[in-house]
Amino acid sequence: MSLNTLTIAAARDALKKREVTSVELTEACLSAIDAADALNAFVHKTPEIALERAKAADARIAAGDAPAMCGIPVGIKDLFCTEGVPSQAASNILKGFRPEYESTVSAQLRDAGAVMLGKLNMDEFAMGSSNETSCYGNAVNPWRRGNDATPLTPGGSSGGSASAVAADLCLGATGTDTGGSIRQPAAFTGTVGIKPTYGRCSRWGIVAFASSLDQAGPMTKTVRDAAIMLGAMVGHDPKDSTSADIPVPDFEAALTGDIRGKTIGIPREYRMDGMPEEIEKLWSDGTAMLKDAGAKITDISLPHTKYALPAYYVIAPAEASSNLARYDGVRYGHRAKLAPGDGITEMYEKTRAEGFGPEVQRRVMVGTYVLSAGFYDAYYNRARRVRALIKRDFDEAFAAGVDAILTPATPSSAFGLGEMADADPVAMYLNDVFTVTVNLAGLPGIAVPTGLDSRGLPLGLQLIGKPWGEAELLNTAQVLETAAGFVSKPQKWW
Amino acid sequence: MSTIDTETARRVAKLARIRVPDENLPQLAEQLSGILSFMEQLNEVDVTGVDPMTSVTPMRLKRRPDGVTDGNIQDRILKNAPDAREGFFAVPKVVE
Repeated sequence: MSLNTLTIAAARDALKKREVTSVELTEACLSAIDAADALNAFVHKTPEIALERAKAADARIAAGDAPAMCGIPVGIKDLFCTEGVPSQAASNILKGFRPEYESTVSAQLRDAGAVMLGKLNMDEFAMGSSNETSCYGNAVNPWRRGNDATPLTPGGSSGGSASAVAADLCLGATGTDTGGSIRQPAAFTGTVGIKPTYGRCSRWGIVAFASSLDQAGPMTKTVRDAAIMLGAMVGHDPKDSTSADIPVPDFEAALTGDIRGKTIGIPREYRMDGMPEEIEKLWSDGTAMLKDAGAKITDISLPHTKYALPAYYVIAPAEASSNLARYDGVRYGHRAKLAPGDGITEMYEKTRAEGFGPEVQRRVMVGTYVLSAGFYDAYYNRARRVRALIKRDFDEAFAAGVDAILTPATPSSAFGLGEMADADPVAMYLNDVFTVTVNLAGLPGIAVPTGLDSRGLPLGLQLIGKPWGEAELLNTAQVLETAAGFVSKPQKWW
Repeated sequence: MSTIDTETARRVAKLARIRVPDENLPQLAEQLSGILSFMEQLNEVDVTGVDPMTSVTPMRLKRRPDGVTDGNIQDRILKNAPDAREGFFAVPKVVE
């Protein structure tokens, strides 16, 4: 077995027993990455940094000082600022930007001994559900529809992360999730992705999209790996005033496999008209698995669910238009070439027209519109109130005794790259229909692969937990993972 | 307020400081209208007496002493600037 196919847990144990070195693990991943350019997952490779950190990790392990992630090769989404290494948020407007600092999450991983292999593809500024808005071109899903060679999307926005983990280019990867950007790509690639409670991970040094919704999280091959990697990413950070100063539990120790007596809610509003039968079946099979494991199943109602997407598509663009105002061609990144006589306004307008792709431009303009004089109350404040009602729906379900909520992760399996090109922007937004509520309410959510569709593509279910309840959520997710017994891997074609 | 005409699209692009060529304005207006009409669903919800959500669980923002914690890194601040001169960010002439 090639070392790059190991799980984080298996690699950690082998490192500890000195059966393998971090340099060997890292070299295996670097070779796999070099052989996988067709996936376009890694967009900035950092082999020198990787080998240097791997050597340091080996020394640390030899000295007996090895946290769980020490020596584990991982990929970092391009949204995370990494010192001296290009960090572009997949946008041309940040072309050439090499941060002088390291994001808190990637610094914590680095300090825990994790080995950065490079930066991963994504949708531009994390705006997209298919990785098709990236300035680097599409990331490609390692999964195919049987023998059909049509290239499929790995989902988005963390498409490169999902593709890299599914194709065994790294043992785990960082992702970020504003409306589903960890969970939807995880579901499309047969991997595990958790978005923690808002405030669990520091947002410092992560390029901001919608600050009240953005959260970082791990994308891994198993739930146990998610628990291990999450443990190294979370914690209070004085540099992010919204990061929570509360104790961090041992997530891996919470994986007892026992969910007897827990109550799982099945929200009736997630049963959408025209939902594919395969998704229905996946959901009811998952429900049965949790029931067999001793959980109590109860139907619940989250009545404001249908308003989540429209509320999201007011709030997220509004925050984005404000956050992206900083890309003005002055302090970093791209500046347009100016014509004689051009002043500073022309510089801003040309720079932003050249630097931002069409979807980012559209969202910035939508945000500008909903925040403009006369519309602020009608759109933005109304959306924030609806958001409070969406959160209240969840609060009431948890208060009534529900421990976790089970839903599909996505309305379909991975679709073909380019298949949505002629659809209107709203059709693409529907990809987030099951995940976006969780961001609005700030809750933790995890996608777990539980089956394949008739074309052989992975499908995932989502579990939603209580605020700060990641440990319990991961335990339930692992029970589901074990019961589903999902072991399929994509056939290597790249 | 659900449809956006070409003139409104032009104004929004101006406010957002994004140059949009005239020939692209009708398509932009159409797309923005589509997105806004999707948002109109929010008008069905009764939000009387509902305060906007502020945090996941009640949490007081931390306070810290108002002191200098960083600084003297002018060269690092300017390192990524497209145009830096004599220790400053340089921009086209703003005031005649």
